[in-house]
Amino acid sequence: MKTAIIQFPGLNRDRDMIAALEKITGHSPYRIWQSETTIPTVDMIVIPGGFSFGDYLRCGAIAARQPIMKTIRIKAEEGVPILGVCNGFQILLEAGILEGTLIHNSSLKFICREITLEVMNNQTLFSHKYRQGEILRFPIAHKQGSYFAESETLSRLKKNRQIVFRYANENPNGSIHKIAGITNKRGNVLGIMPHPENCIETAHGRTDGHTFFSSIVENFNKHNLPSL
Amino acid sequence: MTHMKARIIISLKDSVLDPQGQAIANALKHLKFHNIQSVRQGKIFEITFKEKDSKKAYQQLDNMCKRLLVNLVIEDYHIALLP
Repeated sequence: MKTAIIQFPGLNRDRDMIAALEKITGHSPYRIWQSETTIPTVDMIVIPGGFSFGDYLRCGAIAARQPIMKTIRIKAEEGVPILGVCNGFQILLEAGILEGTLIHNSSLKFICREITLEVMNNQTLFSHKYRQGEILRFPIAHKQGSYFAESETLSRLKKNRQIVFRYANENPNGSIHKIAGITNKRGNVLGIMPHPENCIETAHGRTDGHTFFSSIVENFNKHNLPSL
Repeated sequence: MTHMKARIIISLKDSVLDPQGQAIANALKHLKFHNIQSVRQGKIFEITFKEKDSKKAYQQLDNMCKRLLVNLVIEDYHIALLP
C-alpha cells in the first residue's frame, strides 16, 4: 500500500506520521511539498498535524489555499482515501473538503493529554476494525479543536453517519455533540482531532491507533488482491 | 487618487460561542465594570490597494473576504471604504 503525506511549513507531526505509515504499510510515504501540484498515484493521502503557516489568520486557512490543495480536492472527488489529523483536519475544513469548522477550546487552553473516544460508525474504511460503540484512548494536542457547524449541517452529518468518532465521557474542548472526527459524504475523507499516529506501539503506552491504521490497510488489501 | 484604503470588520456570528469574549468580559468585571453584559471579540483588516473605481474596489474586497479573510461558517463581515 502506497501513501503520501503533504508537508506545509510549520507542521510538526509529519515525522510521527511518516514513522506510523512506515511501520504499518511497510513503505515510506511520498513526501509532497505544498507548492507542488501533482501527487503520485497512491492508496492514501495524509495531511498531518502541527501549526501550518503559524496558524496565522485562522488554523489551516492559509494552508488550505496553497497549490497542492487543488489536487487534494480532485483526489477526494475521485475517491482516494484522505486522512487529516489535527491541523490536517483544520486544513480540510478550511478547504471546504469537509464541513464545519474548529474554534478555540472552550477552556481557551492548549490541551495535551489522553482522552477517551467512542466509535460512532464502524462502517468506514478508517474504523471498520473497531466495534460499534467501542471506547478508545487517544492523545490530543490542540488549542483550536472545538468542532462547530450549523444545525442543518449537523443533522445532515448525523443522517449520513458522517460522525465517526466523538469524545466519550468528558468533552475536552467544547465540541458540539462532542464531535472528534467526521468524514465527507462519500466516506473517503476523514478529519480527526486526536492523534492515531501517536498510539500505535507499546512504547507509546497505548496501541488503539494501530487498529485505526490497520483498518485502512485491510480495506486496501480487500480491494486489491495481489496478482499472481 | 489611485490608492484606496478599506477597513474590513469581522465578527463572530451570534450563534457561535466566543470563549475569548467571555474571558474578556470576566476580566472587565474584575476591573469593576459591573454593568458589562457581554463581549464579542472580532478582527479588523486595513487594506490598501490600487483601484480607482469604488464599486470595483468593493467587489474585490468582497471577493477577498469570501475567498480567504472570512470563515463563513462562523463569521460575518462588514466592508468600509475609507476616505
